[in-house]
Amino acid sequence: MKLIVAVIRPDRLNEVLEALFREDVRGITVSRVEGHGGELTTVETYRGATVKVELHDKVRLEIGVSDAFVDATVAAIRQAARTGDVGDGKIFVLPVERVYRIRTGEEDEFAVTPEPRSGEVQG
Amino acid sequence: MNLPSPVSAAVQAGAASIDGADTAWLLVSTALVLLMTPALGFFYGGLVRRKNVLNTMMMSLASVGAVGLAWAVLGYSLAFAPGTRWVGGLDHALLDGIGLEAGDWGAFPQLLFFAYQGAFAIIAAALVSGAIVERMRFGAYLAFIVAWSLAVYAPVAHWVWGGGWLGALGALDFAGGAVVHINAGASAVACALVLGSRRDYGRQAFLPHNVPYVLLGAALLWFGWFGFNGGSALAANEVAALAFVNTLLAPAATLLVWMLLELWRSRRATAIGAATGAVVGLVAVTPAAGFVPPGAAIAIGAIAAVPSYFMILWRPRTRLDDSLDVFAAHGVGGFTGALLTGVFARTAWNAPADGALAGGWRLLGAQGVAVGAVFAYSLVVTFLLLKGIGLAASLRPTDKEESVGMDVIQHGEQAYNRGEGAVLVLERRNPPRATGGEP
Repeated sequence: MKLIVAVIRPDRLNEVLEALFREDVRGITVSRVEGHGGELTTVETYRGATVKVELHDKVRLEIGVSDAFVDATVAAIRQAARTGDVGDGKIFVLPVERVYRIRTGEEDEFAVTPEPRSGEVQG
Repeated sequence: MNLPSPVSAAVQAGAASIDGADTAWLLVSTALVLLMTPALGFFYGGLVRRKNVLNTMMMSLASVGAVGLAWAVLGYSLAFAPGTRWVGGLDHALLDGIGLEAGDWGAFPQLLFFAYQGAFAIIAAALVSGAIVERMRFGAYLAFIVAWSLAVYAPVAHWVWGGGWLGALGALDFAGGAVVHINAGASAVACALVLGSRRDYGRQAFLPHNVPYVLLGAALLWFGWFGFNGGSALAANEVAALAFVNTLLAPAATLLVWMLLELWRSRRATAIGAATGAVVGLVAVTPAAGFVPPGAAIAIGAIAAVPSYFMILWRPRTRLDDSLDVFAAHGVGGFTGALLTGVFARTAWNAPADGALAGGWRLLGAQGVAVGAVFAYSLVVTFLLLKGIGLAASLRPTDKEESVGMDVIQHGEQAYNRGEGAVLVLERRNPPRATGGEP
């Protein structure tokens, strides 16, 4: 199993979610974060004070997937999140030691989504 | 605004001098109506996505500046100066001849009448913005509302209240059901047609980002509407009391029926639904407020919920991205209110003519003509205005800018900053000091 962590632009979130659902990847955690990925700073003005905003709104996705789904998931995010400008984000693929599904007590491959396509697991 | 000649003549007879109570009530009413515009900003602002909330609220607030001044320069004159049946003259342009005397508008200074009517023009223009939120360049929007207030709002106000042909026809519009609401609703359709839909409209859901703002805005709109309708008696008298109470009862009925409709259709009464229902009821009672008995106001409010409710359900299935359903709330609500005014109006309750329920079918006919004429004129002229502005400047930002959001792109601000993580840019206005080193 792998944990895929992706940081993307907030305005690409809908496209990325659509792409993931198309790939049957449904278990996902989304957080709104701020960060800086080398893109140009935007200049904003508040009551006459001009400021450079270094931190931009980003969205972080965390997805636990079985090995067979890693490439499909990464490809879906890459394709849907890309605009071509600096600041499109990053994807990290991390190894995972163990996974438990709290409700059922299932472990590892059976606890991540998508579940293995062969074995029918009770919902 | 019961200005048809018999009433205004009666007012005029006793209006040689200023009446303290009337003046006080109109002063308060003017402030109340002015509050409706920022209130609308909250109502609309809560309904859009967080990246566009400032732009949406600015569309309302900016109307106070842009339309307020246009009203002083020319709008008031085009609406209320003596002129033809179609449009007023230029006698009051640049505030000329607007003094402190009482006159046939009532027993308070004309300057106050000017300000009161100006607050109506401001909110009317702001209402239209709900059709085009999240996708219009701000400069083009400012040009549009100034042009709209002069070419669309002022003539229509003249037709109904300023001695124009609809007033002469006997059409009743107590506080602006046609002038403000049908007018704004029709313009909203034209705006949505010219601007086109938002990127991803019909493919993604656009969720309201702050529902409490919507409730706050609706509550403040209702509060201000007591001045909108109550003040339209143009006196502190029994008609004002009637309009005031009807402004309480009708939206109450709409709010209740709306919640019942939602409970019936989806088993849940929503907060946004309740807020929308209240606004629809306020719109519907506007033309009727000072002309119908309180029981009829309840009926108008209850009936008005139905067509607007189903319009709001149906509209998103069309390709018309009237984003915040200005047409469903103000256009359809205005139609219902104006036609029902022709049904329920009673001479015993201050109306100049009886409605259909008391045998006055002629009035209902006049209401139908007024509704159709205002809708058609507003739709066509708004369409042409926007097309014209579109020739001189682009109306929409690029797709990429639209996806980033109007707040950052158009205004260089964000609504919900954490307040940290930004670097102050020191302006080098004083070159010698800059030699101290770069920050």
